[in-house]
Amino acid sequence: MARKSFREAINDALRLEMRRDPRVIIMGEDVAGGMGAAGEQDAWGGVLGVTKGLISEFGSERVRDTPISESAFIGAAVGAAATGLRPVAELMFIDFVGVCLDQILNQAAKLRYMFGGKATVPLVIRTMYGAGLRAASQHSQSLYPIFTHIPGLKVVIPSSPYEAKGLLIRAIRDDDPVIFCEHKMLYDETEEVPDEAYSIPFGEANFTREGEDVTIVAIGRMVKFANEAADRLATRDVACSVIDPRTASPLDEETILDSVKETGRLVVVDEASPRCNLATDIVALVATKAFSALKAPVSIVAPPHTPVPFSPTLEDAYVPNAARIEAAALAVMG
Amino acid sequence: MMADGIRAVTVPKWGLSMTEGTVVAWYANVGAQVKAGDDLVEIETPKITNLYESPASGVLRRCVGKAGETLPVGALLAVLADEEVPDAEIDAFIAQFARDFVPAMAESGAETVRPQTTEIGGRRIRYLKMGEAESIPVVLVHGFGGDLNSWLFTQPALAQEHSVYAIDLPGHGGSSKQVDRGDPAFLASAAFELMTALGLGSAHLVGHSLGGATVFELALSHPEHAKSLTLIAPLGFGPEINMQYVEGFMRASRPRQLRPFIEQLFANPALVGRKMLDDIISYKRLDGAVEALNTIAGTIFKDGRQVVELVTRLADLAVPLQIIWGESDRIIPASHANGLPESVLVYRVPGAGHMVHMEKAEEVNELIETFLHGLNEQ
Repeated sequence: MARKSFREAINDALRLEMRRDPRVIIMGEDVAGGMGAAGEQDAWGGVLGVTKGLISEFGSERVRDTPISESAFIGAAVGAAATGLRPVAELMFIDFVGVCLDQILNQAAKLRYMFGGKATVPLVIRTMYGAGLRAASQHSQSLYPIFTHIPGLKVVIPSSPYEAKGLLIRAIRDDDPVIFCEHKMLYDETEEVPDEAYSIPFGEANFTREGEDVTIVAIGRMVKFANEAADRLATRDVACSVIDPRTASPLDEETILDSVKETGRLVVVDEASPRCNLATDIVALVATKAFSALKAPVSIVAPPHTPVPFSPTLEDAYVPNAARIEAAALAVMG
Repeated sequence: MMADGIRAVTVPKWGLSMTEGTVVAWYANVGAQVKAGDDLVEIETPKITNLYESPASGVLRRCVGKAGETLPVGALLAVLADEEVPDAEIDAFIAQFARDFVPAMAESGAETVRPQTTEIGGRRIRYLKMGEAESIPVVLVHGFGGDLNSWLFTQPALAQEHSVYAIDLPGHGGSSKQVDRGDPAFLASAAFELMTALGLGSAHLVGHSLGGATVFELALSHPEHAKSLTLIAPLGFGPEINMQYVEGFMRASRPRQLRPFIEQLFANPALVGRKMLDDIISYKRLDGAVEALNTIAGTIFKDGRQVVELVTRLADLAVPLQIIWGESDRIIPASHANGLPESVLVYRVPGAGHMVHMEKAEEVNELIETFLHGLNEQ
């Protein structure tokens, strides 16, 4: 066991699964380092270095640079998955999903259902999401609610290095298409991560804090902020439970409902645009199934309904933070 | 600067992951005379709550850490001094300590010991070494589903006078998860191979529960390598076993499901911290871990009873033996230590469950230290 970054934890998961199963391959833009052309191998290891070192161990047959055409390589990955490989395709930014959505929405997500279970699509699409990198409106979105909306897809949003490794291994071993959403501001976070392979089940939420006054549900990078808020609130005698659902689909409804029944108060934090996001979904769940347990109106901490701004000042104001979560929790405490 | 006769009591470091502790309650009042070894303060960590005994003697002049306060490892908890030391000197000492104190950053401390792994016969074995003494080494072997971290209170204490090796059995912790038939004889052979690889020669063997049966087997098959045996709530001394615990431990996939079962390991369930549960769940998620536990459980338990029988082989054992049992053990009843031959030293520790070496660490450490001292003098 050693301290590993989020980036290293993901690299670790890919490496271990590629060693374990020869059907696992990687494909995407710059994952090997040369945009499909002759050039220095492993120059980049992906735009943020996540796949670095894999081509030297597994070769260019299994670590495939693709042309800059998501329509083509995501489609190819769906086909490869349907015909016996277990591809891990990298959609560099989640914002690029527009040009390959049909391959995901109408092909990957539907094949198993439409062929009566006789076809499977063991595909993982790793993709980078989220604001904070001054990357402007087309490279900063948190579009995971779009995938969560589509039956037939599993949607994973890891919150830490330990979580990322175990959830990615689980994703690669899953026989259904999984959208694996990595927040770009988490890559340098570090924590203790086992060297061995391990898998974390889907649909099992994790309590990162336990308390009886307020339930805070947060996912991805927001878990870190929710923990900071909970730690500050603890010094003011407000005990928070922080629940990280880990997977937006399947969603661990039971853990969220049980916790709200204990606390009677709910704050949901979501970095996605506020209309039809994960927070509205969870709030609707609680309103329909645990309304009588609520002691106060529920609260949502989310960005405004605008594109992610490029101006650093505006971007900082846009992204939910610990102070806003703390204020929301104090407000529901009354 | 250390004033004459003033002794700082600081937050202890229990186990590899501890970075801070929360003061739960003081067991002595300011002004009281305390002796080294007296119960001084209860400290809660994310993993476990434990009583801290005074490391020195003197009058308790100040409790710097207040109940409910969370302090980093090494921070000032209390000040002991003789009666005649003026208050002004105590205050100056506290102020100086506060100015000089730098909390050790996680991972940066040069003195942080870390577990090592070694490959033996294609198998990876993880172990943790503490202490550099030249005397006969001590080997600590954990129980079913445990790992070397279960000795967090035992190992530092014994390391004062011995080199102490806590090992992860095959199937456990950071060791390989292949366990063959999963019986104590196989586990003993793996432990023996590690001892040989480390060049330990003869050692004092200490084993808990399944680890007790393991070191017993080791001492039977390699008597020249066992200087003594300390068995803590060992397997193999009677048929009863709490299968509800075993099955619950195996089944639980989340910390909250696991809690009621882990609480059965202690007489006082309030000691169990969230991190203890998280660590077990993390272990169970490792590839092959649950399969290894299933293999072992299938070998050592049949129809709700223990299969391993050691008590009938006591006569074959050629080394000094002591047995320590928590009186309130809810996993393997302490009555299994009844009716043993007089040559076996048996100690029952009140107010402790199956994890007696964690729950009443100071008492167990003292029993082991006294036992080893006695052997050295012979």
